[in-house]
Amino acid sequence: MKNTTSAASGNTSGSVLGSRIRFAVITLVVIAVYFWSVQGIHFEGIQGTAGTVSKSILQGFLHPDWSFVYIPEGEDLLRGLLDTLVISILGTVVATVVCIPFAFWASTNMSRHLAVSGSGKIVLSVIRVFPEIVVAILFIKAVGPGSFAGVLALGIHSVGMLGKLYSETIESIDRGPQEALIASGANRLQVLRYAVLPQVIPQFLSYSLYRFEINIRSATTLGLVGAGGIGTPLIFALQVRNWNRVGIILLGIIVLVILTDLVSGWVRRRII
Amino acid sequence: MKTPVSTAPINPAAPDLSPPHKYKQLAGWLVLFAVLIACSIRTDVTPYQLIVGLPQMGSLLQEMFPPDWSYLPTIWGPMMETVQIAILGTTLGGLLAIPVALLCASNLGISRFVSLPARMMLNLIRTIPDLLFAAIFVAVFGIGPFAGMLALVFFSFGLIAKLTFEAIEAIDPGPLEAMSAVGANRMQIIMFGVVPQALPYFMSYLLYTFEVNVRAASVLGLVGAGGIGLLLDRALGLFRYDRASIIVLLTLVIVLVIDYGSTIIRRKLL
Repeated sequence: MKNTTSAASGNTSGSVLGSRIRFAVITLVVIAVYFWSVQGIHFEGIQGTAGTVSKSILQGFLHPDWSFVYIPEGEDLLRGLLDTLVISILGTVVATVVCIPFAFWASTNMSRHLAVSGSGKIVLSVIRVFPEIVVAILFIKAVGPGSFAGVLALGIHSVGMLGKLYSETIESIDRGPQEALIASGANRLQVLRYAVLPQVIPQFLSYSLYRFEINIRSATTLGLVGAGGIGTPLIFALQVRNWNRVGIILLGIIVLVILTDLVSGWVRRRII
Repeated sequence: MKTPVSTAPINPAAPDLSPPHKYKQLAGWLVLFAVLIACSIRTDVTPYQLIVGLPQMGSLLQEMFPPDWSYLPTIWGPMMETVQIAILGTTLGGLLAIPVALLCASNLGISRFVSLPARMMLNLIRTIPDLLFAAIFVAVFGIGPFAGMLALVFFSFGLIAKLTFEAIEAIDPGPLEAMSAVGANRMQIIMFGVVPQALPYFMSYLLYTFEVNVRAASVLGLVGAGGIGLLLDRALGLFRYDRASIIVLLTLVIVLVIDYGSTIIRRKLL
């Protein structure tokens, strides 16, 4: 859009024609892409049972299964939500610890050669690509189903994004204190301790809290593949079409997410 | 940490050089460690377990290598279906998001009685995970990519509407004031004052959501909502880790290509 207008203001008829051709080509490509995508969604029409199913879903959501909130023995909503919270806390902490060396590896101002930081950035973006559910499935195969697989999945997956944000923070620090320390004869470790860390830690903590908010959303669905938390009772309720129970679990997830957002926002304002 | 620097110029006569907040900071760290220990007791997640699990992970990686390249033609179709689900889901979600984003923005003269409930609805939609949407739509519309597409429509709607209304609130009010001064009605103000300013941001958020959705669509198959996830689930269920690894590799390549293309287009837009 912007290119079209700027080219048109060039006042030469050639550029106007060029921009028109370009606009037409872009439009054609977009239409072709959508034509191709619609082919993939072979819609078989609404099933005959869709009406009754939607009605029972709505009924279930309007009358949540309150008895599931607390069951003295065994799995209930509160324990599931607590597990989800715990998984995302531990996952975030694992990610924060693991990503710090990656972040220093990927920062352009921490190494002399661009190849070092470049390779670090590539590793981080490869880690970032895998959806956490896929990571969770792999860890379930390795360490068995349960919260542990969930923690590892969140921990490893979060390293990709946290490492990127951390390395950008390191790249944006003020060089003054660093140079002053080097000039007065400090070694690399001392420079790191007294010039780099004090500048980056508040931002690091803030990013970790932000990641925690994302992780708690992911942790609610990790249980769908067997990695612990509230997702496990959710998938059971979905399989037997117990919509009253799905309703109360959904309500629990919403309350948990909103509460953690509030708390984490409050903590973040205190840190920065 | 920064307090001594900031207080010194205010009161240069008696600079407070003692390190402040040390106790508070210490207490914060202690609370964090207590929470961590409680968490690891609650879920039995300990470093010991990690050490025990490491060899198993090594053998899993060994089984994943070498990938089963002959499986590639079989998974190409479902992979493309994944991309198609993401394209349509993102577009429809984005189209739905436009009117809602206009309703939510506080600088267009929309009554608070409309904008506040609309914002609350957006917050609610964004707390619901996309896999749960997919599972519900699979129950209603049957197994297949249509359910997955609908799940992504809702997910993208929540995300794009929120990002866009925040972008609308940040636009330059000058053109809007000028237009209302010369007697433009609200529709004209939106068409010629708001849209030209907010459109690049909207397109950029659309592409960003598309990137997120390709990742999401690759796992929707786990609940039966179409795409590559179903094959991944099947391969893992049959312990064909060589097939699982080729699926994961192809997903990686497709996502990287889409991210790269989308980043280039976004840089041109903004």
